Amino acid sequence: MRLNNLLERNKDDIVKQWLFSVIDTYPADTSKFMKMQKDPFANPVGNSISVNLGPLFDELLNEMDYESITSYLYPILRVRAVQPILSTSQSTGFIFLLKKVIRESLKKELSDKDILKELLHFESKIDELTLIAFDVYLKCREKVFEIKANEERNRTFRAFERAGLLTEIPADRPSL
Amino acid sequence: MADLKPEELIARTDFTPPRTGWMDTPTVIREGMFCYAAKPKSVATLGLPYPREWNPLDDDWKLPENWKEIIIEGMKDRLERFRTFKIFMDICVRCGACADKCHFFIGTGDPKNMPVVRAELLRSVYRNEFTKAGKILGKIAGARELTLDVLKEWWYYFFQCSECRRCSVFCPYGIDTAEITMMGRELLNLLGLNIDWIATPVANCYMTGNHMGIQPQAFVDMLDFFADEIEDTTGVRVHPTYNKKGADILFTTPSGDVFGDPGTYTAMGYMILFHYLKVKYGLDVTWSTFNSEGGNFGLFTSNEVMKRLNIKMYAEAKRLGVKWILGGECGHMWRAITQYMDTMNGPADFLEEPVNPITGTKFENAKSTKMVHIVEFTADLIKHNKLELDPSRNDNLKVTFHDSCNPARGMGMLDEPRYVIKKVCKHFYEMPRNCIREQTFCCGSGSGLNASEDMELRLSGGLPRANAVKYVQEKHGVNMLACICAIDRAVLPPLMGYWVPEVDVTGIHELVTNALIIPGEKEKTVNLRGEDILNKDEVGPEEYYTRPDFSGR
Repeated sequence: MRLNNLLERNKDDIVKQWLFSVIDTYPADTSKFMKMQKDPFANPVGNSISVNLGPLFDELLNEMDYESITSYLYPILRVRAVQPILSTSQSTGFIFLLKKVIRESLKKELSDKDILKELLHFESKIDELTLIAFDVYLKCREKVFEIKANEERNRTFRAFERAGLLTEIPADRPSL
Repeated sequence: MADLKPEELIARTDFTPPRTGWMDTPTVIREGMFCYAAKPKSVATLGLPYPREWNPLDDDWKLPENWKEIIIEGMKDRLERFRTFKIFMDICVRCGACADKCHFFIGTGDPKNMPVVRAELLRSVYRNEFTKAGKILGKIAGARELTLDVLKEWWYYFFQCSECRRCSVFCPYGIDTAEITMMGRELLNLLGLNIDWIATPVANCYMTGNHMGIQPQAFVDMLDFFADEIEDTTGVRVHPTYNKKGADILFTTPSGDVFGDPGTYTAMGYMILFHYLKVKYGLDVTWSTFNSEGGNFGLFTSNEVMKRLNIKMYAEAKRLGVKWILGGECGHMWRAITQYMDTMNGPADFLEEPVNPITGTKFENAKSTKMVHIVEFTADLIKHNKLELDPSRNDNLKVTFHDSCNPARGMGMLDEPRYVIKKVCKHFYEMPRNCIREQTFCCGSGSGLNASEDMELRLSGGLPRANAVKYVQEKHGVNMLACICAIDRAVLPPLMGYWVPEVDVTGIHELVTNALIIPGEKEKTVNLRGEDILNKDEVGPEEYYTRPDFSGR
């Protein structure tokens, strides 16, 4: 578990680099703002990413708990699911950016074969995390469509009601 | 696709966003971010030019051949007529103070939603056509030619601005970017390029008096239905009057509240309040089935159309011979009244300067427009102890207040809503300072963008608001978001449903009449929504909140 120790030791730096690369998935002017603005209410998107990447990294270092992972992924993906400026692959693919960050950050150490082997195993965990992200992303998109469908349904219902095409079943009638 | 090799597949997955400046980054019209095109019938009803079927996703927008000439002429005409437009085109120094203040920029992450860039979309063409520097230096001076792509970019981004004016609060020069959007939309309307969510409500309003196209008899039916509901929950029968000549006050409110939950409960609230004032003080407030709309989507089309719809309220007040007009919890109606009415259709000299006949208070701010905001009216009644209230009936609620953009920034109504809420509810919690009052974040769906096809735009644009609500929900257990705008009441429930499902939405007058002790009422066990209210003699609030049947859960 030498790799885990290395990752643990370099955690702050790795998470920071990961955060910057995730933020860089946005256009330059946007990412500049997201990096600078620290107020969580003025910058909810940047904040939701920066608050949750650390705990996600911890999950990768430890047992991957599905429930905890989804609770950290939701705040990030709920945002990305309603940002058509990002494609689906861009929305969920931010997790893969961690691979690049780790490879660069531990360049020297990775010449050690054993550590490299451990990295392969660790990277599968990153892949697994990405699959979970895909689940979460889809759930968010389903919610968006559910909201859209409800709006349409309510509107149709109201139009029917207005046109006098609906009638209520009297309360004293037996239910069907 | 199946024949792709892994490296080819990777090459197609480019995670690097464009690093070009805004002018060199092509605009892609994306699903979920725009509203459908205006139906030709609605455009024709209003007598606006170029009604036709067209689709924003098509290459061909079926524009008239001389479209460019029409736009440039339209710009010239407006630069001459509106001094603000000319000044706003000239004085921006691009300091960037507004750049990160727009909820659409914050939420969508799209730099063209920075207010400064949105204005530059228009300003670049202005420089090219109307300034020497732009004509000579071109791109170096921030100028560019008006092309079809530029026109499409205008359409896409001027209909991604809710005209909320948060950006203008931060502009050191006082540039009102919302007015730039308004000009942009006026120009687009010269080519029949409106969205249907605006054009059809405007046409409806023009023909039937309200955005929904409700006929007078259906309007009465709906209010009668509310009277039945009120009788069920309070035991009191209210008798609203319609089109009553010689009434003291004409009441005007958005039709959205008559037909959509949870606004309907706010409408019931008005009815109960007017009944109370009639019984206790003999005040005669009448509704109009012809002037059945307070909202004015004309504001999102052009100043002429706004004027056409606005006059109806005053014409009806004149016809009925009332003293003054009381306006409901609406958003942009107050923008139109406070900022434009006086120079548009005013001053309304044929009405009286508004005085509350019950308290004697003069509404000095409404001296010229003769139209008083109901929250101010109710705050005045409460201040003079004219309403008998039992705030414990709202003990099941932990309330926060969303300053609706137009009453807050368009008329400066910041304290009255809070005063009223605190008098009728015991549990009130503010959202963080940079999300409320004059810095309030928009619902993300204002200015006619509350359709369902642009849901991604609405949900991302509403994120900054929802994020602040989430904060008070987690910190204080807030379960109710109060607001004073009918669009808010229509759009905040789905917004909350996505970001903070624990929180419901209400108008202030629903809260007021939950607490109001109506003469002759039966013992209240449920509120207007039919939810159980806390019996204060049985359990304390803390215990109540933890009960499994707690209605705010």
